Amino acid sequence: MIYFDYAATTPVDKRVIKSMMPFLNEKFGNPSSMHSFSSETKKVLEKSRVIIAKAINASSNEIIFTGSATESNNMALKGVAFAKKRGHILVSSIEHDCVLNTAKWLGENGFEIDFLPVDKYGIVDPKEVEKRIKKDTILVSVMHVNNEIGTIQPIETIGKICKKNNIYFHSDAAQSFGKIPIDVTNIDLLTLSSQKIYGPKGAAALFVKDGVKIEPLLHGGGQERGLRSSTENTPAIVGFAKATEICLSTMEKEQKRLTKLRDKIIATLIKEVPNCYLNGHQTKRVSNNVNVRFSSIEGEAILFMLNSYGIAVSTASACSSPKLEPSHVLSSMGLKQEEAHGSIRISMGRWTKESEVNYLLKILPEVVKKLRDISPHK
Amino acid sequence: MNYSKEVLKHFSKPHNYGKIDNYDGLGRVGNMACGDEMFVYIKVKDNIIKDIKFETFGCVAAIATSSVLTDLAKKKTIEDALKITKQDVVDALGALPPIKIHCSVLAIDALTQAVYDYYIKNKIVIPKDLEERHNQITKRESCHS
Repeated sequence: MIYFDYAATTPVDKRVIKSMMPFLNEKFGNPSSMHSFSSETKKVLEKSRVIIAKAINASSNEIIFTGSATESNNMALKGVAFAKKRGHILVSSIEHDCVLNTAKWLGENGFEIDFLPVDKYGIVDPKEVEKRIKKDTILVSVMHVNNEIGTIQPIETIGKICKKNNIYFHSDAAQSFGKIPIDVTNIDLLTLSSQKIYGPKGAAALFVKDGVKIEPLLHGGGQERGLRSSTENTPAIVGFAKATEICLSTMEKEQKRLTKLRDKIIATLIKEVPNCYLNGHQTKRVSNNVNVRFSSIEGEAILFMLNSYGIAVSTASACSSPKLEPSHVLSSMGLKQEEAHGSIRISMGRWTKESEVNYLLKILPEVVKKLRDISPHK
Repeated sequence: MNYSKEVLKHFSKPHNYGKIDNYDGLGRVGNMACGDEMFVYIKVKDNIIKDIKFETFGCVAAIATSSVLTDLAKKKTIEDALKITKQDVVDALGALPPIKIHCSVLAIDALTQAVYDYYIKNKIVIPKDLEERHNQITKRESCHS
């Protein structure tokens, strides 16, 4: 099987596994203990914090380790909301479900929520943020890179607008961290994930800028500056830090390599397959993401047929969702349902080889043709 | 999505797909906005479905149910073909995920409409229950009902 679903999750790098191993047994101590078993884990925990902080130009005391990007996003939105007690929150309409559903829940619990529109490329216009800010706006949340279509959002500009208006700005960087340089100068809260960058699952972080007031979701022993009680998941955090180090040291070269492969896939498909279109922006796009749609056929069928040829991709087509609802991202971009149905996401990563891309480019047009032969619309 | 072996078999190598150019009846159900659209073509001789083909836009389940339906209906008398139920379709496929059951309904509907079309074209008196089924199918407006 060839894996083209790195945006969903990544395998853990062997070097990461190696870095984690000692902390699973011999160095197992609880970082909060007083005795010598804890001294090493305490040290490595803080070292990991420094590595991750440096990666985004933050201070280590601004990094709060959590269990998942979903948790970090929940913590950012609810944390600010609970601290402010009331107010207006702006989120983009193409956020991941864990931001959207948190926002909707807050909307049912006394907060006013507005959804920022996107253009046909799936990009938020910072002017829309400016236009929609109100006197009582407490938080703006716009993701850095969209998980489905890979578009890069203008978070620098939006961050500056928020700063000027004295409003907290949160960004979900689960799909961009480790791939695109991030600087938190104009960001108040930032979500980071480990399992998208060849680190283990169960580790993530929320950057909370010094002075930003949020309420914790978990109360208990007061770990993580009292913002996230729970015994720290030291092995996973160590792995997360190691994964970050590897990504940073290879970022430039790896992004160039993947961008080349990405553009090759896009250009070849659009040239060789009739009625094939790119979803999202051609250049304001993360290096590893391709999202294309084919008219007259359906995404889940494409996925399963590719799977039978040993290729794993993903789709956000309605037929593949548990509620049979079309992707909110593609709808927000103005795609009609019948257009959105035929979309698939091809996402690449560290072990994607050019030969695999070539195999995909040989098989995918055949699959499209086969399904169009079955379809009443050609 | 967890599909049975039989569903995946029909999906990867569907039976009887394509058009019948000089068909005697054509049933068209669903639409692209909903994500499933099926065309069923029938060729009838001596009240028997001599040939049947389908064209489907849709997911794995939509294609598999269309394929298995054509197997079930082929060589049957019209009356027997109309007795095929969605459960027959599901049973022939081993199983269908619960949210995909509507695909089996769609397949039955497409066949019903093809027979109706054949009756109309040949000015055959339409039995009351077929008329009712036809009316119900055309009335369905929302997706996946």
